[in-house]
Amino acid sequence: MLFEQLWEIFVAFFISNILGYGGGPASIPLIYDEVVTHYNIVTPQQFSNALAIGNALPGPIATKLAAVIGYSGAGVIGALVALFATVFPSIIALMILVKLVAKYKESEGVRGITLFVQPVIAMLMLVLTWNMSQNSAIDIGWLQTIIIALFAFIAMQRWKWHPAIVIVIAFAYGGIILPFIT
Amino acid sequence: MVNKNNVLMKLLWSFFKTGVIGFGGGPSVIPLLKYEVVDRYKWLSDEKFSQTFSLANVLPGPIATKMAAYIGYQVKGILGLIIAVIAHILPSSLAIIILITMVNGFSSSPIVQGMISAVVPVVAVMLAIMTYEFMKKTWKGLGWVGAVITFSIALILMEIVEIHSAIIIIAFILVGMTRYKWIKLFNKNKGDI
Repeated sequence: MLFEQLWEIFVAFFISNILGYGGGPASIPLIYDEVVTHYNIVTPQQFSNALAIGNALPGPIATKLAAVIGYSGAGVIGALVALFATVFPSIIALMILVKLVAKYKESEGVRGITLFVQPVIAMLMLVLTWNMSQNSAIDIGWLQTIIIALFAFIAMQRWKWHPAIVIVIAFAYGGIILPFIT
Repeated sequence: MVNKNNVLMKLLWSFFKTGVIGFGGGPSVIPLLKYEVVDRYKWLSDEKFSQTFSLANVLPGPIATKMAAYIGYQVKGILGLIIAVIAHILPSSLAIIILITMVNGFSSSPIVQGMISAVVPVVAVMLAIMTYEFMKKTWKGLGWVGAVITFSIALILMEIVEIHSAIIIIAFILVGMTRYKWIKLFNKNKGDI
């Protein structure tokens, strides 16, 4: 049973990181697809919590998500397996490619890959954005969702506030005001 | 022996620092990493660092972690690799597990529930901004016609045909690879004429 769970965690993070072109954030919608939609390792709510807290903390996002989702799924071993599956394949790929590039220099094929994976990542990200908004609307209603989202957008894009500060403000608003209106 | 341990300690310290300082994911850490690796400890030349970074950029998976692995390996082999990667990812991994456990512990409290709920729209906005950035990259790389076509195909496959996202990406990878072969072939023929 534990082995099966660990295997699922490994496969989920292996796939989502080996296909996530464009750095850690590109893997987010892929991780969602694997751990929420496909393997049901965590609920959508747990995933958005992990993503929120992950964004409020410093450090690489993909490994933070791996650690916390792996941990939710199968404890400390789960976290280690998820981390391993996240970092190991891309490390091997980089090592091999650095050696190859010393010979060939051109990496047109690789650039072509990134170019064509980006639109898929963009659309996966779009769907995930929509799912999150819907979950939030079910939870606290559209009005509150839009108020918070609008504030977050203006704060981050216009006022250039740090995401961590925006998240802390949202926490405060949610803790002090939301319990009394929803 | 003392010297070797020293280098490992330096690796550990450098990657620990860059792992816990950068907010907003791996990419924000790169300038910091460059300062530590190129300017301060001179483990890599400026040129080698840029080359490694551009390679790490086009490969899948988290970028800063790949850099940590490669630099660790260059400096002290496999042991250096392991130390650099662990120092880079473990502190933030532990922090998030501890924080989530605390949040879960209080999840029955309406205050904590309100806090969790209020953050979801913020996360949605962050995702929307990332969506926009990936759309912009596509638009720059493929032109707006290419962007609209690839977006539509990807959306239809995902939402209407409901194919697993991994399979869609693999299909697009194959297209991306062959596209460059076609261009090469085309250029070669033109050269012959």
